[in-house]
Amino acid sequence: MKIAIASGKGGTGKTTLSTNLASYLAESHKVVLTDLDVEEPNSGLFLNGELIHREDKYKMIPEWIQDKCTLCGLCQKVCNFHAIIQLGQQIMVFPELCHSCYACSELCPTEALPMIPQKMGELKKFNIGDLDFVESRLDIGQEQAVPLISQTNKFVDDNYSESVIKIFDAPPGTSCPVIEATKNADFVILVTEPTPFGLHDLSLAVETMKELNKRFAVVVNRYGIGNDKVLDYCKDNNIPLIAKIPNSRQIAELYSKGELIYKKVPEVKRQLENIKTYIEELMKGDSV
Amino acid sequence: MKIAFTTKGTEWDSMMDPRFGRAEYLLIYDEDEDKFTHYDNRAIANEAHGAGPQTAQKLFELAPNVLITGNGPGGNAATVLEKAGMKIFIGAGEMTVQKAYEAYKNKTLNEF
Repeated sequence: MKIAIASGKGGTGKTTLSTNLASYLAESHKVVLTDLDVEEPNSGLFLNGELIHREDKYKMIPEWIQDKCTLCGLCQKVCNFHAIIQLGQQIMVFPELCHSCYACSELCPTEALPMIPQKMGELKKFNIGDLDFVESRLDIGQEQAVPLISQTNKFVDDNYSESVIKIFDAPPGTSCPVIEATKNADFVILVTEPTPFGLHDLSLAVETMKELNKRFAVVVNRYGIGNDKVLDYCKDNNIPLIAKIPNSRQIAELYSKGELIYKKVPEVKRQLENIKTYIEELMKGDSV
Repeated sequence: MKIAFTTKGTEWDSMMDPRFGRAEYLLIYDEDEDKFTHYDNRAIANEAHGAGPQTAQKLFELAPNVLITGNGPGGNAATVLEKAGMKIFIGAGEMTVQKAYEAYKNKTLNEF
């Protein structure tokens, strides 16, 4: 079971829910939490584990070999991302724009653009009691999250069996990194806050999940602020609302200290129980 | 001397476009012949990525001696323009082309 935790709006509680839900589920299931917000991974701030594995991650970038090039210009024609251009007698490659699609390299008639690995970030795996935690982090200056997210997904697929519950802390928004982080999920939890801004971005995230044909549900965080529009929206659109995490100063204080909340706030634990029950039902349904 | 401007129109009283990569027009003024030519760059709006280097590549082909623009090119575009050996002046984003040209002549624009 792969569960992605996403949101439209940033700062609604993806990481809070991811870390608390993963730790809570790990009390009764085999669980791995993966932080796919590779531009600014922060789940690790709440999980103090032992580092058990670390590897560098690379993406493939074409390198121009002047002696072999006939300046035919095909490479710049086939590049959809304008990552390679011809300037007079020169070919220039812009690694930050390159999507590693290999088109220029494969189609070059004189093999003047071999693909060379370039380091883009690192992946780490930790162990925190019964919970495994995987985190990837882009290097400073790297602009593209998608290749690292994709490779991190692959790492989790290769290292954990089908029966493990896999929770993915996704990046915010609705753009490419979010698509990459949610497209393989069996179920997506959209975290929102009950405010007009929260609702606006939730509706964008809902449209995105519909487009991806995803099964999804909503969790309202900081319940008690704002208004009832998010609840009405979920009801009107038949979207399951599976938990409401209350707004409270105690939760904010625990969060600010990097502590897990459900261990100290019984109401949060009850809400996580609701989510757990929902997930277990889904798993039962899927295994039939 | 050929001078390029990033603009929103094709005349002396057109406004400058402060953006480089996504500038609507590249307007070239040939001082020797006292003539304008322009390149319509508006199709760049459809490009999600790489507007900077693409516009820079176009400018490379147009080969002016000087570029006058607003915010200045980003890193990728700057690398391309550097290869062309073009002098770049910035800070003219909110002017008309005429005013930008005068500011350049009076040496009140900053060199990039």
